Amino acid sequence: MSLERFISDAISPWMKREGPESDIVLSSRVRLARNIQQYVFPIAADKESAHEVIASISSCMNEEKDAAESEKLEMLMMEELKPVQKRVLVEKHLISPNLAEQAKYGAVLMNADESVSIMLNEEDHIRIQCLAPGLQLEEVLGKANEMDDLIEKNVDYAFDEKRGYLTSCPTNVGTGLRASIMMHLPALVLTKKISRIIPAINQLGLAVRGIYGEGTEAQGNIFQISNQMTLGKSEEDIMEDLAGVVMQVIQQERSARKQLQDGLKLQLEDKLFRSLGTLENCRIIQSKEAAKCLSDVRLGIDLEILPGISKTILNELMILTQPGFLQQYAGEVLTPEERDIRRATLIRERIKLENR
Amino acid sequence: MNCEECHEREASLHFTKIINGEKTEFHICEHCAKEKGEFLPGSNSFSIHQLLSGLLHGDGHVPNTPSSNFIPPSLSCEKCGMSYYQFAKIGRFGCDNCYKAFDSKLNPIFKRVHGGNTLHAGKIPLRAGSSIQEKKQLQQLKQAMQQYILNEEFEKAAETRDVIREIEHRLQQGRDT
Ligand SMILES: [Zn+2]
Ligand SMILES: [Zn+2]
Repeated sequence: MSLERFISDAISPWMKREGPESDIVLSSRVRLARNIQQYVFPIAADKESAHEVIASISSCMNEEKDAAESEKLEMLMMEELKPVQKRVLVEKHLISPNLAEQAKYGAVLMNADESVSIMLNEEDHIRIQCLAPGLQLEEVLGKANEMDDLIEKNVDYAFDEKRGYLTSCPTNVGTGLRASIMMHLPALVLTKKISRIIPAINQLGLAVRGIYGEGTEAQGNIFQISNQMTLGKSEEDIMEDLAGVVMQVIQQERSARKQLQDGLKLQLEDKLFRSLGTLENCRIIQSKEAAKCLSDVRLGIDLEILPGISKTILNELMILTQPGFLQQYAGEVLTPEERDIRRATLIRERIKLENR
Repeated sequence: MNCEECHEREASLHFTKIINGEKTEFHICEHCAKEKGEFLPGSNSFSIHQLLSGLLHGDGHVPNTPSSNFIPPSLSCEKCGMSYYQFAKIGRFGCDNCYKAFDSKLNPIFKRVHGGNTLHAGKIPLRAGSSIQEKKQLQQLKQAMQQYILNEEFEKAAETRDVIREIEHRLQQGRDT
């Protein structure tokens, strides 16, 4: 398979579009957790009721979706996928690690541009996820609500006047809404301001995580900010509060970038050009170093220090250089050492594709 | 494990805080958690499972009345069979009915997780929404009918009764389809 072809298959179509504030905000995501009233939650379900959940959702989605071809949802059953295929879906953020590894009778429905994915039999019966490039919270919530209303026409949700949408985990009850914004914050990390900003964001009831979710380092200076509370606030208020904080972080990152450019221009250029050099010339590279260099290159693109490289290179290569994708590209299972070599090759080849 | 703040009471709250990729763990008691607003759930990443076991094996600082702190071993959900102990151990409800079965224990948990909130304020599903509204209307009409009967306005009472029957019929049908 050619590299161009592989990349175009590997990158979700929605990621190729550019969204608002895309110099800092990589993507916006919303997920709604829902359960069907008549069945017990997946944690307590047997095979039969799990299959009934899948059958009832897939039949109602097919009925509703005779509309546009692009809106049709394709269904994948977890038990029919190879481990590496599941890993690729996780690395594309289309399914959760939990669905890939834990869910017994899991399935996912996806639309053609992969901006909508509906997980079935994860922790909850239904998890609707919508993604968009840049800062587009209203749009993703609107889309998720649309899918929600569609499903609700055909099933009775587990809903309680007092507690709202009932979910398996008490942290999701109420709206079942988790909204997250993926942000690239290299200047706040370089200027060490991030260590003051994260606790301040935490104080406001929002969670900050590294790109690979809870408990892991922020690889490539990519942070995810999301709401923690789901009960007692309306969906609109949750989104407004999150957007307000995100806008402030954007301002802070921009002023930190300016500060670096004004005060340490040469040092900054040196750092960014060296990282580009590393990526262009490496023969063996670990994911951590790759992520650091990719972050530098992306900053260089945004500050117009490194011209002639496409903006999507960070998003693309952060996804492509993960183990699942590397192994899919290689067509075989790789040891960690082999992966580091493949990663280096893939990055060099990808940068060569740029018309510079 | 002792509380890291006062080194006196048993630590019942366990938080993981991630600052700039660096993971730090805190183990503190309820008392100190209240004093240090910084640790309040909703403002930090923390494990719901640890929170629940903290509440379950509380050290006396649980913000409950003592009576509601006692959990009868028999407390369990009829629909899915999950006991309250299992729920607290795994931190997950087994079905929608667990919310009803464990209702008396849930407010303190929701308060901690959702910044003091216990009641839903968001979207209402269209179908459930219309029946919720009709149920409210039904209650009001029944009260009105009683009032008409007391006032000996029997004609009005009969009219109201017909409206009530109509709504009840509609609600019944809605459930059947
Ligand atoms: Zn203490
Ligand atoms: Zn139950």
